[in-house]
This record gives sequence, structure tokens and C-alpha cells, in this order.
Amino acid sequence: MEENIKKYKRKLIFRKLKSFFIMNLSFISALIAIVPLAFIFYYTVSKGISHLNIDFFIAMPKPVGESGGGMANAIVGTLILVGLGGLIGLPIGIMAGIYLAEFGNNKFAFLLRFMTDVLSGVPSIVVGVVAYTLVVIPMKHFSALAGGVALAILMIPTVTRTTEEMIRLVPHSYREAGLGLGIPKWKTSFFIVLRTAWKGIATGILLALSRAAGETAPLLFTALGNRFWSTDIFQPIASLTVYIYDYARAPFEDWNQQAWTAALVLILFISLFSIAFRIITKSKYKTNQ
Amino acid sequence: MIEQDLISKVVSLEDYSQKKFDTIIKVENLFAYFGELKALDNISLSIPKNSVTAIIGPSGCGKSTFLRCLNKMHQEIGGTTEGKIYYNGIDIENIDPVILRRNIGMVFQKPNPFPTMSIINNVVAGLKYNGVRDKKLLNEIAEICLKKVGLWEEVKDNLNRSGASLSGGQQQRLCIARTLTVNPEVILMDEPTSALDPIATTKIEDLIYELKKDYTIIIVTHNMQQAARVSDYTAFFYMGRLIEFSDTKKIFTNPSNKQTEEYISGRFG
Repeated sequence: MEENIKKYKRKLIFRKLKSFFIMNLSFISALIAIVPLAFIFYYTVSKGISHLNIDFFIAMPKPVGESGGGMANAIVGTLILVGLGGLIGLPIGIMAGIYLAEFGNNKFAFLLRFMTDVLSGVPSIVVGVVAYTLVVIPMKHFSALAGGVALAILMIPTVTRTTEEMIRLVPHSYREAGLGLGIPKWKTSFFIVLRTAWKGIATGILLALSRAAGETAPLLFTALGNRFWSTDIFQPIASLTVYIYDYARAPFEDWNQQAWTAALVLILFISLFSIAFRIITKSKYKTNQ
Repeated sequence: MIEQDLISKVVSLEDYSQKKFDTIIKVENLFAYFGELKALDNISLSIPKNSVTAIIGPSGCGKSTFLRCLNKMHQEIGGTTEGKIYYNGIDIENIDPVILRRNIGMVFQKPNPFPTMSIINNVVAGLKYNGVRDKKLLNEIAEICLKKVGLWEEVKDNLNRSGASLSGGQQQRLCIARTLTVNPEVILMDEPTSALDPIATTKIEDLIYELKKDYTIIIVTHNMQQAARVSDYTAFFYMGRLIEFSDTKKIFTNPSNKQTEEYISGRFG
């Protein structure tokens, strides 16, 4: 009896040790995971803050040789590009996701799902080339529209797959409740299932938009860049990322500094956008029971 | 009270077979399949109007499948059927599922209010998404239906709270109210109390008794006492076949089939 109790106590201590070890290991891993983010923030803030002033947001880039100036055109350009990408990519992505989740039990859907996965793995520069062939060549010049198409192609797989996954997570009972009330199938999909899954889909949309805002490669030969003010979607347009790319490589100290500031502004924008988006799409009620 | 009334209403099987009652749903030689698997094997029965019909039987005997065939929900999850089902004399093959389901409503095993909608929007969802826009009308219907299920007093001050914030029993009554709004003639209930505590169960059972006046109710239940308490007729299913169908009192006191007797007395199932 004594023997057994001793044995049990030893076992218990061992178990507690294991639990302690695993818990701390996962905690340390979580810490390590956010270290790069901390470094990114630290570097961009420390290097970029010096040039962060009101001019950066409202002034145009100065000609080569002059210091100062801002990137108003690039900030607006990035907004337009991401907006165009979203306008084209989000509806297609969401609808495709609904199709895959609600009607996707056939060979075509299987193929579609597979191709979406492949598409999400295609390097963004290749997507840029595709947009170049599809839009730039027929139009015979670079344009914001071409950039928007490239970004849209990049957004579609993320949005499609998150929409599908999130809709699949909605318990079948809600769908049946809708159908059982004599609500037509498409209305059940849109107003009941999609609504229930909306929070998760919003996260996917957010991710896709943020990623698009940070893309450089596909813009290089689609939107090209523009040193002047332009909001015409049929003309080349500036973007923060292309500016970062150009200015970081430039041989001028002042331009390098501005590249850091542009990076900081981009990160701030994406963060602010994420927070705002979460507040706007916040559901009045909890989705999970 | 309920039981007494039930006894006074007892009718003999002969009366039933002579069709002294209006038949609202008539099933003829119904087979149902999930792919290759046969779930229902040659079911024929007639459901009388304004009555409660209980369907009992061990798990996997096809009770739920039978229920889901009646409003074409079985085909929604990829099942197939053979045979005929008539609703008010019309073959349901010829009725659009959307129309059919407005006439044959359904209450599910697990209370399933729409989680992102308020209580009031949950109740009127069926009307709203079928094109009723008039807010005043919607509110009026919601109040009537919530009163019918005895939930009005409990929720009238919190109509804008989430439907999921209610207790399980309240949620189930909310779901019944939601079903009532589209004004069905038949209500299918798939084990409506199996996720509820005894008090909530009693409330639902009383409600079923009340609803009988205006609706025909078909209830699948695992609980034989419940079948005995609430139903007028009982069908016993076993292995996808209809073993016995007759009035509840007869089934529970003097079943004509040996298997029924064994199941009722708890010897298998």
C-alpha cells in the first residue's frame, strides 16, 4: 500500500514536470514567433521616424538633388491600387468560396479547389507578368488598372479558400433551419450561412488586402510607378512599395531615409486599417455558441 | 390532464382504417437510400390531420430519415427516395421544395436559432427572406407566434438580444415560434426535447398539445413516455421498416406485433 502511494506520488511529480515543461516551451515559442515583428517595428520606427512629418503625407516627391518632400502621390496610389484589387478580387473570391462550399461536391469544384491552391503558391512576380500580358500589352501602356488586376489575382485564392473554410465551419443545422423555413437555397446561403461565417471571412479579406498593400513585385511592370500626382486608373500610378524599392536602392542618403519612412507609413496604415476593419465588421452577437 | 384527455379521445384502429379522419400526408411504398445504403424499406402509412403522430424505434431505424423525406430534406443531404408521398392528395414530387417546406415546417433536435440574429429577427427570418418587408406586420406576427409558444412574456423586453443568449428550452421554443410564422399546416419535430432538461421538456410537450388544435404534428422521439404522453398515433420503426402503426394507447397497452411489445417493454433497443 505504502509502496503504491509512493509510486503514485512519483508519477504525479513527473506528470507535473512534463506539463510545466510543455507549457513553457510553447510560451517561449510564442515569444520567438513575435521577435521578428518586434525587430521590424523597432527598425522601421527608429530609422523612419526622423522623416515622418506632415509633409510626407501632403507633399510630392522633390526632384533629384533636392531634399525633403513627401509621398502624397504614393500614399493615394497605394490606396487606389488596393481599392481596385479589392473591387475586382473580393467579389470573385467570395462568390467562388460560396460556390465551393455550398455547391462544390463535383469534379469541377475539386479541380477549382486544387487550382486555387496552386494559384496561392504562384510567386507574386509571376502574377505581375500575367497582368502585364493581360492588361498592359493590349492597352499598350502601364496603368493602375493593370496593378489592380495583378493584386486582385493575388487576393482571390486567399479570399476563396477562407470563405470556403469559414462557410464549411457553419453547422449544417443553420442551413437546414433556413431551408426548413421554406427559404430558397440561395437566400439561405447568402443571408443565413454567409452571415454566420462573416467574421471569419472578414479576417480573410483583411489578410488579403493587407498582403496586397505590401506587394511590390507585381506592381513593377503593371502600375510601374509615377513621380507625379495621378488618380487616373488608366495611367501609371505611384505606390509606397515601389517607392520603397526605388528609394532604398538609390545612392542618396536622403532617399534611403525616406524609404524607411515609407515603410513605417505602410506598416502604420496596414495596422490602422486592420483595427478599423475589425471594429466595423464586429458582429453584434457572438458567432460561436 | 393530458393523459385523461388522451384516453377519452381513443379511437379504435378500425375507425382509423376506415378513414373517418382527414388524411393530410399519405405515404405509399416509400424507400429511402443514402447512396447504396437502404434507410427506409417500403413504408406505407397515412397521417391524420390535426393529430400528433409519434415515431419511435431504436437508433438508426430510419425515424429521422422518414421525417426528412416528408419535407424533401432527405434529398438536401444527397439522399434518394422511391415511392410516393402525398400531401393533401398532391404528390410532393410535383411541389417545389421551397413551397412544400412552408407548408410542412420542421423543428430540429438541437435548438438552432440563427446566432448572428436578434430574437425578433430569428422569429421573422422565414417571412423576411420570403419577401415580407412590412416591419409592423413582421412585429405583429412575431408577437402572435411568440405568445403561441409561451415565450412572449419571457423575451418581450429583450427582443433585440441575440437568439443564442436564451436558455436551451427557450431557444427550442423560439425555433418552434420561427416555424409557426410561415404558417405551416404540418410541423415535423425531430427529437425536439432530447437536448433539454425535464422542465423545458414538459413545456414543449404542453406546447405540442396546444398546437395540435391548429397543426398536424409528427414527432420523432427516443423517449417512449413522451410518445405515450403527447401522441394520438404511434408508429414503430425497426431496421428501416414500419413494424406497427396504430393509435398510441393500443401500441402501449396491447401491441399486435411481438417486436413492438419487446421494444416497448425495454427488452431491446
